[in-house]
Amino acid sequence: MQHTGKEKAWWAGANTLVIAFAIIPVLWILSLSLKDRSTLGDGSVIPKKWSLDNYQEIFKADEFVNAFVNSIIVALVTTAIAIVIGSMAAYALARLEFPGKRLMLGASLAIAMFPLISLVGPIFDVWRRVGLFDTRPGLIIPYLAFSLPLAIYTLSAFFREIPWDLEQAAQVDGATPMQAFRKVIIPLAAPGVFTSAILVFIFSWQEFLLAISLTSTDNARTVPAALAFFTGESQFTQPTGSIAAAAVVVTVPIVIMVLIFQRRIVAGLTAGAVKG
Amino acid sequence: MAEIQFDHVTKRYGDGFEAVKDMNLEIADGEFLILVGPSGCGKSTALRMVAGLEDITDGELRIGGEVVNEKAPKDRDIAMVFQSYALYPHMTVRENMAFPLKLAGVDKGEADRRVTEAAKVLDLEQHLDRKPANLSGGQRQRVAMGRAIVRDPKAFLMDEPLSNLDAKLRVQMRAEVSRLQTSLGTTTVYVTHDQTEAMTLGDRVAVMRAGILQQVDTPKVLYERPANLFVAGFIGSPSMNFFTGHVEGDRLRLPFGDVPLADHHRKALEQEGLRGDIIVGMRPEHFEDAALIGDQESQGVTFDAPIEVTESMGSEIYAYFSYEGGEVASEELQELAADAGAADLPSSGGSQAVARLNPESDVCHGQTTRLWVDASRMHLFHPQDGHALRADGDGAPAAPSGRFAREHEREAQEREPEERPAM
Repeated sequence: MQHTGKEKAWWAGANTLVIAFAIIPVLWILSLSLKDRSTLGDGSVIPKKWSLDNYQEIFKADEFVNAFVNSIIVALVTTAIAIVIGSMAAYALARLEFPGKRLMLGASLAIAMFPLISLVGPIFDVWRRVGLFDTRPGLIIPYLAFSLPLAIYTLSAFFREIPWDLEQAAQVDGATPMQAFRKVIIPLAAPGVFTSAILVFIFSWQEFLLAISLTSTDNARTVPAALAFFTGESQFTQPTGSIAAAAVVVTVPIVIMVLIFQRRIVAGLTAGAVKG
Repeated sequence: MAEIQFDHVTKRYGDGFEAVKDMNLEIADGEFLILVGPSGCGKSTALRMVAGLEDITDGELRIGGEVVNEKAPKDRDIAMVFQSYALYPHMTVRENMAFPLKLAGVDKGEADRRVTEAAKVLDLEQHLDRKPANLSGGQRQRVAMGRAIVRDPKAFLMDEPLSNLDAKLRVQMRAEVSRLQTSLGTTTVYVTHDQTEAMTLGDRVAVMRAGILQQVDTPKVLYERPANLFVAGFIGSPSMNFFTGHVEGDRLRLPFGDVPLADHHRKALEQEGLRGDIIVGMRPEHFEDAALIGDQESQGVTFDAPIEVTESMGSEIYAYFSYEGGEVASEELQELAADAGAADLPSSGGSQAVARLNPESDVCHGQTTRLWVDASRMHLFHPQDGHALRADGDGAPAAPSGRFAREHEREAQEREPEERPAM
């Protein structure tokens, strides 16, 4: 399709606006994290005195490093479990007819809609009794409850797109249902699997409410919660620089995840499977 | 390689719908059998039961003498070509073809050798490292065939494998499939809704309708001795013309004139004890321009036909003519016509018939031409259940299982018991 110069200019303007809107806060945080303590409050975007002190500081403190490790473990474990269970459940929902199928799909959606805040209290009480309070599983379990519906919903949409013939062809070719699932269905649903994986990872990576309510020490506290506990040098200094540096550091894994998986999320992977 | 036997096989769905009813069929080792019928007749379901993709509700299915009802598809050692080809889009042509071998645990060298060999047979050698998305329709179809033949299975199952190709390619691939099957000698069951494909490909053709096997025989026999109205109307293109005839003594009154009954027709009617109205079927090629028939005139009848449409094919002319009265108004036949997709054709309007004439004929649309029809070659059918009336009696009952005929008899009896002729 050909665009006139006017159309191009309009699109360029609109795109710039949207990108700027999204990226300015990120740039601001980045700039803050690189500023020397004395120039923190000067309000300029480009730091006048560059410094990596903030970064050195947060990595020196156990508080942040522990939280970072917790975050990675909690997010990865949640993602792995959600994808394995979610893809099987989504497959069943997409391919099988069983009583209560709609109810199950609806219920899983309803759970995802449930306001977290109303669950924090009860979970807190229960976790304290069963000894899951301030543990990593204590975070992973509620994260799964909220991310599974998301994964199931995304994945079943992808599974529905895969022609059933392919799976039957695999079975006739000598595959067990499990082999057909692993060697034919999953590779074809890869874009869906990665999309869901990213969504689940981001959800558990950035979750704050449960993280701060269900942890009390470095044992299980994740980065979003740990950030709130950052203190300045003395009680009179704001920990602005450290928080900014930590925020930049925790953004990096997300950016890496998206960059890696983006290459796998290519449309039209199923083109040519059946008569096109 | 193995024979396949359907032994009273029935497929009933949860809602009570019977897709395949009490099917009995033996497919010999190495035979090329075509399952043909209009859409929804149960032919694909029958094929998928052989593959193990559909459960069998009742009866036994045997492959190579072994009951396979409860066997998973992978344990049946059959290969299937799907209508959609069902190629694995994330694998190259080579990987697609090697997939069944890999699953069977064939070692890499042997698998490579067999894939290369199959690729050579199917002329796919230069495409082995491409993905299915980059192939043309015909190439994809060949890859699907290749995936089936590399394994040397007990049987090939093909579910309308050519219906996604354009007309010219389909004719080419038809010859290709036939050549492959002959050279491999593997038992093959081939499903199609295209009667031309059925007639040209198979050793035997099984015609199905509404889940019931109507007739199983060689293409020649199906064409020349159809067991019932349905087979008669389904096989042949353009399809057979049907009229209502009235038997009066030695003569048969047709909409366009009286014809003398040939001996074998009279005998058949006597055996059935039928008088009065019967259904008469005439193939288009049994009509001819009266000016071109020479001395055969006495075998048939000549009549004036108002020609509505002509289609000149070069080697022949199809002339559509209308006639008054004698339309076959039977509900069954109308349903049959609709089933066969013939409802859209002008000839099924009931009052229009088609004749295949010699190209030398000077027939012209909008004019009345004198046509002749060979009365000795007409087909007679029972007015109620539609089975063919033949002196040697093998026209009846309609379906091998006899259920088609029985069901329609029952319907007929319920409708008009007092008019039921003695059989």
